[in-house]
Amino acid sequence: MPRKAIDLPFQVEYLSILDENGQVDRDLEPDLPDSLLLKLHRAMVLGRRFDERMLTLQRQGRIGTFAPIKGQEASQLGAIAVLEPEDWMVPCFREAAAEIWRGKAMEHILMVYAGYNEGGFIPEGVNNLPVSIPVGSQTLHAAGLAYGIKVRGKNQIAMCFFGDGATSEGDFHEAMNFAAVFQVPAVFICQNNHWAISVPRSRQTRSKTLAQKALAYEMPGIAVDGNDVLAVYVAAREAAERARSGNGPTLIETVTYRMSVHTTADDPKRYRTDEEVEEWTRKDPITRFQKYLTDKGLLSEAGIVAVEEEVKAEIKGAEERWARLTEEPVDPLVMFEHAYAELLPHIESQREELRREIEAGKGGDQHG
Amino acid sequence: MAKMTMVQALNLALMQEMEKDDRVIVLGEDVGVDGGVFRVTDGLIEKFGPDRVMDTPLAESGIAGFSIGMAVYGLRPVCEMQFSGFSYYAMHQMEAHAARLRGRSLGRFHVPMVLRCPYGGGVRALEHHSESREAYWAHTPGLKMVIPSTPRNARALLVSAIRDPDPVVFYEPKAVYRAFREEVPEEEEILPIGKSQVVREGRDVTLVSYGASLHPTLEAATRLKEERGVEAEVIDLLTISPLDDDLFTASARKTGRVVIVHEAPRSFGPGAEIMARLMEKSFLYLEAPVRRVTGFDIVIPLFQREMQYLPGANRIVNAVRETLDF
Repeated sequence: MPRKAIDLPFQVEYLSILDENGQVDRDLEPDLPDSLLLKLHRAMVLGRRFDERMLTLQRQGRIGTFAPIKGQEASQLGAIAVLEPEDWMVPCFREAAAEIWRGKAMEHILMVYAGYNEGGFIPEGVNNLPVSIPVGSQTLHAAGLAYGIKVRGKNQIAMCFFGDGATSEGDFHEAMNFAAVFQVPAVFICQNNHWAISVPRSRQTRSKTLAQKALAYEMPGIAVDGNDVLAVYVAAREAAERARSGNGPTLIETVTYRMSVHTTADDPKRYRTDEEVEEWTRKDPITRFQKYLTDKGLLSEAGIVAVEEEVKAEIKGAEERWARLTEEPVDPLVMFEHAYAELLPHIESQREELRREIEAGKGGDQHG
Repeated sequence: MAKMTMVQALNLALMQEMEKDDRVIVLGEDVGVDGGVFRVTDGLIEKFGPDRVMDTPLAESGIAGFSIGMAVYGLRPVCEMQFSGFSYYAMHQMEAHAARLRGRSLGRFHVPMVLRCPYGGGVRALEHHSESREAYWAHTPGLKMVIPSTPRNARALLVSAIRDPDPVVFYEPKAVYRAFREEVPEEEEILPIGKSQVVREGRDVTLVSYGASLHPTLEAATRLKEERGVEAEVIDLLTISPLDDDLFTASARKTGRVVIVHEAPRSFGPGAEIMARLMEKSFLYLEAPVRRVTGFDIVIPLFQREMQYLPGANRIVNAVRETLDF
């Protein structure tokens, strides 16, 4: 009856392939098609520029509050790129670039942040859940979706995104636990961007890594350099293959940094230093990937300029479509749609109440 | 027809729906091997196996959130909260997601799930095992809230709840679970959600109730007839939300007097909404103030005093007398 250590075969790896100077580890470098590498690069640039454009639109008062992704392009795109079209994406609220990759139209993203529910539109066949704002709550939906996939015997997986703050939520624990107990085909991407508004990663948990939390559920967990798109891709691909082959879920911690504000309503100067931001700016995911692609001969200065021009035009096109979608006064009565499968009598009567007030000119409560 | 308890009738509904529709999946704490702590899911795992009758980890938010994911995928989860007193862990998932995913996705996704919760007092239970907090759910846009009162309507409503394309919170009055038996047809029977019923006709006063409280209400109606010749009309709401106000407002216009009975706390309870509808639709017909016989605005006491807390036939009879004598 001795007291002895239990042999737990647990370890947590940290994976980095492309360092902040754009130097690649040749042994770990994945053999990815040039077309995919260039597509990833373009999506990262698009994500960055769209983010910047939205920030401008917000400062101009043309859209409301949103959560910028700046700095997390590799972290989300490296992961989402391993999905097949029929797989499921379960986002939180800081994955615009990954949502666009998966077929969400930029004009619809703009509509959401401009305050139109219509922006929630997700085309049939695009298996993305809508943005989920209550932190961590969507992790359970991914687990449940993945269970559906499993009992139906489909060759799909569910990939869920959340941040470091979410790991403090009870739902995160419940989702990891359910996913592991039922061995569902899910991949959990924890984008550790180091800040949950003003609270640093060190205040969320005493754990050395977030990835190690997987081990308590007997689930593989791995930490990766989240600003290294190759490392994120490789880890996500491994996890996706594990899920697809019936070997259960994985937790991936992508160690990245929120280079911008939490949301446009936030002032990070209150809680973090310029030096810290500057340090992470040197680890920018886009510049190092561009160096890699340039070294590989896939991209040139002129090529980068061309990509910039392309995404600029693409964003401009989306803005024009957004403007057209909202140029006509939008019928306020659409707010009553999609509450339930049918328009229930009491809701219909409330809709008529508002309609009468609008028609009588009394419903002009535009509130600014 | 077989005579069944409510537990058996609910079991019949689950058994038949699972047989008819392989999308229906039952999940919760102890619902599998144990058949549920009240045995509502008894025998399901033997028939449908552990993939469709899932003993889950002990986590109510997890059960609800996992069900939401399953429902979005196209399954029809029927999840059990072991007692409604523990369902508040799940409330966030129901409010933030089950109730909203249809609207948030403009109809692309919907959440056809049932959250079953045994609720209510009168079974000499521990703390957290006797509440009646249907108002929380009924106040949440996007959810439906159903409370049956007898074995037969419990079965018919549960079938409707399972087939409903939207999330339904289904409260089961555990005081009625085994209180009596009723004929329940073997063949399919459904009752529409959102429709109340007149369960006793009368002309002198309208009694509005539902769930476990319907039974002392009916007892009071019988006594009023026997003791004073009062003909009370009794309406069983069956659905709390969306609230069917057609029958009780029409009945109020006929009788001019209304007493509302529920065991939920009074303030902001279903009775408050019923009274508001009466003001809106039957005001000019009322001969007396509408009375509420309800649980009090305190935490329900432990079982030595719960019968004084719960609305019983005496309190209902007294309230009706005062209403009639007003």
